[in-house]
Amino acid sequence: MQIVTFTRSTPDTAAKVEVNSSGVVTWGDAATVVNPWDEYSLEEAIVQAKNTGGKATVIAIGPEMHNEALKHSIAMGLDEAVRVQADDLDMTDSLGWATLAAAAVQKMGNAELVIFGKESIDVATDQQVYQTARKLGWTMLSYVSKILAIDTANKTIKVEKVLEQGKQIITVKLPVVISVMKGINEPRYPSFIGIRKASKAVIPVWTPGDLGVSLPGKTSELVAYHNLPARAVQTEIITGESVQEKAAKLVDKLLEEKVL
Amino acid sequence: MSVFVWVETFEGAMNPSSREALAAGKTLADGLGVGVTALVFGGNAAAIANEAGQYGATTAVICDDATLNDFRLEPYAALLTKLVQDHSPKVVLAVATNRGRELVASSAADTNSGMIAEAIELGLDGEAVVATKAAYAGKVLGKMALRGTGTKFVTIRGRAFKPQEQNTSASITVTTVAAVLTEDAIASKIESFEQEVGKVNLSDAAIIVSGGRGIANNPKNAPADAGDATIWKAKDGFATVITPLAEMLGAAVGASRAAVDAGFIPYDHQVGQTGKVVNPDLYIACAISGAIQHQAGMRNSKLIVAINKDGDAPIFKLARYGVVEDVYNFVPALTEELKKRLGK
Ligand SMILES: Cc1cc2nc3c(=O)[nH]c(=O)nc-3n(C[C@H](O)[C@H](O)[C@H](O)COP(=O)(O)OP(=O)(O)OC[C@H]3O[C@@H](n4cnc5c(N)ncnc54)[C@H](O)[C@@H]3O)c2cc1C
Ligand SMILES: Nc1ncnc2c1ncn2[C@@H]1O[C@H](COP(=O)(O)O)[C@@H](O)[C@H]1O
Repeated sequence: MQIVTFTRSTPDTAAKVEVNSSGVVTWGDAATVVNPWDEYSLEEAIVQAKNTGGKATVIAIGPEMHNEALKHSIAMGLDEAVRVQADDLDMTDSLGWATLAAAAVQKMGNAELVIFGKESIDVATDQQVYQTARKLGWTMLSYVSKILAIDTANKTIKVEKVLEQGKQIITVKLPVVISVMKGINEPRYPSFIGIRKASKAVIPVWTPGDLGVSLPGKTSELVAYHNLPARAVQTEIITGESVQEKAAKLVDKLLEEKVL
Repeated sequence: MSVFVWVETFEGAMNPSSREALAAGKTLADGLGVGVTALVFGGNAAAIANEAGQYGATTAVICDDATLNDFRLEPYAALLTKLVQDHSPKVVLAVATNRGRELVASSAADTNSGMIAEAIELGLDGEAVVATKAAYAGKVLGKMALRGTGTKFVTIRGRAFKPQEQNTSASITVTTVAAVLTEDAIASKIESFEQEVGKVNLSDAAIIVSGGRGIANNPKNAPADAGDATIWKAKDGFATVITPLAEMLGAAVGASRAAVDAGFIPYDHQVGQTGKVVNPDLYIACAISGAIQHQAGMRNSKLIVAINKDGDAPIFKLARYGVVEDVYNFVPALTEELKKRLGK
């Protein structure tokens, strides 16, 4: 089965991210990494492509910085990578993004399963995931914690899905878009051979023209980024002769603060 | 031309967080000079619509159809999209729960409308909806605007908006509509559902008690047949030290990624950049160092208490109150003290 997955490069999770005086988000000279949630979707794409005797392709939408995540994906074992570049795409415009994502999946021809990570840790929330599914006209299953079976003959997939209240087993007809949770698998590390393959890989770039789409009018606007208001915490270390005394003092404080 | 608020239900009852959406919707509706319409789909919709009326809605559209009893995206999104097309509401709003996110985003895509996800502040600029949301794992804030004349879609972060006081004498005008998709047209079939009883939802919790890697430093000895002694000690610590404190406070149990990855506690409990983002009134971090990725998930807690035996642990920089103690000595004493003081 042909599987498509998406990824992007995000600032290293330990980076200090700030808005500079020109209003631009910066992370100093910290490296970018593959979006941490995507380690699980990339792993799942590799595994399911192998299980179904198919191929897994990874796509990033956006500027060249995302090649980094694509190369990491190839090093992990994805079969091929593509980058979609649209110069006038505002990365916070989820409808524009979903339009390109859906067109790119369709251009693959015979894809039947799209796997997303839960969300990207930097710019957005997971709204692009659902919007891509709608633009494709495919069924969407979010927060998948296990793929239980893929029946390529009858074209169905059975998954376990996490709800706030428990777990659901659900079967749907293919094609389908899913988003996967941490815990669905143990992401592998890039192999030595994979890293060599990635370093040599030439990643094709598709434009909206290649995809035969134009971007829809922008419907949301990023007004500005701001730094967090300074968190004026004054830490008070609770002291005392015994743990009992400290516990009593802490409870006094918590009652005063009215948080109990 | 009202403000639509999707009221989330589970097994015939309103999710309490939907009251926050009704209140946030009411503020926008007042500013726009319109009313709030509650959308209630699935079993017991009429009674839930009444309840929505007591929390700020003036009208409701309900669809009590068997296909909608359990949430499935296809029939819910098809119905929401049809209602948006028929009524052109000014705003569609819901809480950013697992279901709320996907429903609102899907209908925004169906109608080619703008959306802001997980707003923590909302306002109006004329007819435009403006919102603040966290970005870069909460390290910066983004201000977004939805302009133009079309319907604007918004989800709000749980616990970021205060519900209104219940007004038991309020009444509501209810309209009933039919479902859009029949069962045959719905591709997903739910085969089974296993409810986790007593599962405290971290995102809804007013108090969270979290444990980290240090919970493995349990002074008890693991029994000879325990398998991995570290895991046994940590699990025992979560069960006999962390959970009793949480139960005393009616709190949810959280964890650091180190605790989750080491197999001390299931992943659902992870707080942080690759876990859940929480904003309780009180967050008690036990044996957690306070790595930046952990902070990303809990720094918005109103009050943070840190218990750590290392007085230099970074978590103390975020904490309002710190206790430099071994969790195994201090937490049982704290639980005992609370038992006395809270009269339990
Ligand atoms: C991509 C990425 C994503 C990540 N996402 C997350 C995330 O979502 N959430 C998250 O939490 N982490 C995340 N991390 C991991 C993070 O960097 C830290 O490794 C992790 O938070 C450390 O957990 P900890 O504080 O429990 O452990 P440690 O850092 O080992 O701290 C343990 C603490 O316990 C104290 N201690 C030990 N024994 C006791 C005792 N008996 N009594 C009192 N105190 C004691 C020690 O003094 C120490 O401060 C992520 C990392 C990466 C790279
Ligand atoms: N520019 C992008 N290119 C490829 N994948 C992306 C991009 N932005 C987000 N994604 C993926 O889409 C999923 C959800 O992202 P988001 O909607 O941004 O939270 C994650 O798996 C992301 O890696």
